[in-house]
Amino acid sequence: MFRNQYDTDVTTWSPTGRLFQVEYAMEAVKQGSAAIGLRSRSHVVLACVNKAQSELSSHQRKIFKVDDHIGVAIAGLTADGRVLSRYMRSESINHSFTYESPLSVGRLVVRLADKAQVCTQRSWKRPYGVGLLVGGLDESGAHLYYNCPSGNYFEYQAFAIGSRSQAAKTYLERRYESFQESSREDLIKDAIMAIRETLQGETLKSSLCTVSVLGVEEPFHFLDQESIQKVIDTFEKVPEEEEDAGEGEAEPEAAPVAAGTGEQGGSGDQDVAPMEM
Amino acid sequence: MTFTIQIENGTEVRNAEADSQRTLYPYVTGTSVVAIKYKDGILMASDMGGSYGSTLRYKNVERMKAIGKHSLLGASGEISDFQEILRYLDELTLNDNMWDDGNSLGPKEVHNYLTRVMYNRRNKFNPLWNTLVLGGVKNGEKYLGMVSMIGVSFEDNHVATGFGNHLARPILRDEWREDLSFEEGVKLLEKCMRVLLYRDRSAINKLQIAKMTEEGVTVSEPYSLKTFWEFKAFTNPTVGAEGSWLYDN
Repeated sequence: MFRNQYDTDVTTWSPTGRLFQVEYAMEAVKQGSAAIGLRSRSHVVLACVNKAQSELSSHQRKIFKVDDHIGVAIAGLTADGRVLSRYMRSESINHSFTYESPLSVGRLVVRLADKAQVCTQRSWKRPYGVGLLVGGLDESGAHLYYNCPSGNYFEYQAFAIGSRSQAAKTYLERRYESFQESSREDLIKDAIMAIRETLQGETLKSSLCTVSVLGVEEPFHFLDQESIQKVIDTFEKVPEEEEDAGEGEAEPEAAPVAAGTGEQGGSGDQDVAPMEM
Repeated sequence: MTFTIQIENGTEVRNAEADSQRTLYPYVTGTSVVAIKYKDGILMASDMGGSYGSTLRYKNVERMKAIGKHSLLGASGEISDFQEILRYLDELTLNDNMWDDGNSLGPKEVHNYLTRVMYNRRNKFNPLWNTLVLGGVKNGEKYLGMVSMIGVSFEDNHVATGFGNHLARPILRDEWREDLSFEEGVKLLEKCMRVLLYRDRSAINKLQIAKMTEEGVTVSEPYSLKTFWEFKAFTNPTVGAEGSWLYDN
């Protein structure tokens, strides 16, 4: 990005009507590792790529449970993300306490957006450097929202944020029309395949991604490594054949592979981590 | 909102203004409210009396009000506190409507909100001197609950306040059924209200019955119950009593 004389603090407009600090905050989101969300009529899936700083460290948590019916995936400054998740949990639980009823996602998202907006209009604050994919279920159905550091929020059928999210978005754009009526399993598979797009060539392993699901009669929870690996195995035969399986976002290709999962799973996956058992 | 001005006079400390800001006793009170679930929703009955101690002073007090689209609130106890509660709920429903997002407060949410308010006030030793009955229907689900002035709250198929608990609920325990029709429900409530009219000295013979269904709330016009006072025991109450000179021949 370019430096100029209007970008020092957030309360300074540029002559072309831009708030550069806010835009720089949105850049921070683009630098974080990818997070993806999709929704159907009854379920919302949030998935993200786990990138650890080094081999010695563990990966950062990017998906948080806000309540049984709401989850959030973040990209960008994870510290800011944690703080906002805590805020969301607090709002949700306060509402539940007073009304004994789950807070509707739309209202939570608006409060979050208003909180972010405040930081774009105070000279002693800075915008939150994190983008949030908020997925949840309420009486008007399943919802997926994206909250921006700018204080804007949008509702999506499917979205991806973070580095190399464009590849995932391209994949999702091709497939999104089927999501509304998708089954839970297909939705999860689509999420993992979208994650794979962001890896761009790297082998897809369950250790690299975190997937969470919530839906009607299914409170928010994370999928364990085994379940994720099982889904991966349905469309990844062997690491070398990745390119061929990549073309198969056409369902007919995936179906016969799923039938043969039992044999494929055992064959030559030397890269599979010991936890896969 | 409560200010304590301590005036020290030797060993005595008096809180001059503090007490005038707390509810210590009720002044204008309403008597029982009775409510039942029936086939299509909720039926609630209350009379229109506001007593000033033992005087039946106000005879046109509406003690049942619709809240939002899905709830009905009935109150007994201090009328001014009931009006205060209606103001709280007004604010609540207004803010809810302002969201304009397709979500709306159901009876369960209103009931829990009221429980929080009542309990909170009780903890500050400044209660809202009411027992509230909250009923409603949302998305086909019927809800009926009660909150007392100390914050005790629960749900049931039939509830009553005050004297209604002692006189009406035994009748309801015997005769209430899951699938009462509207007419049967009204008859049952009238039976309860009649007993209350005979036996509760603060009851007046002018009542309203409110109906809450998925379609909405309707509060009936005030009307009176037929009463019969020619029972032998009423005409000559002391016949056969210990020490009386009247005998039943």
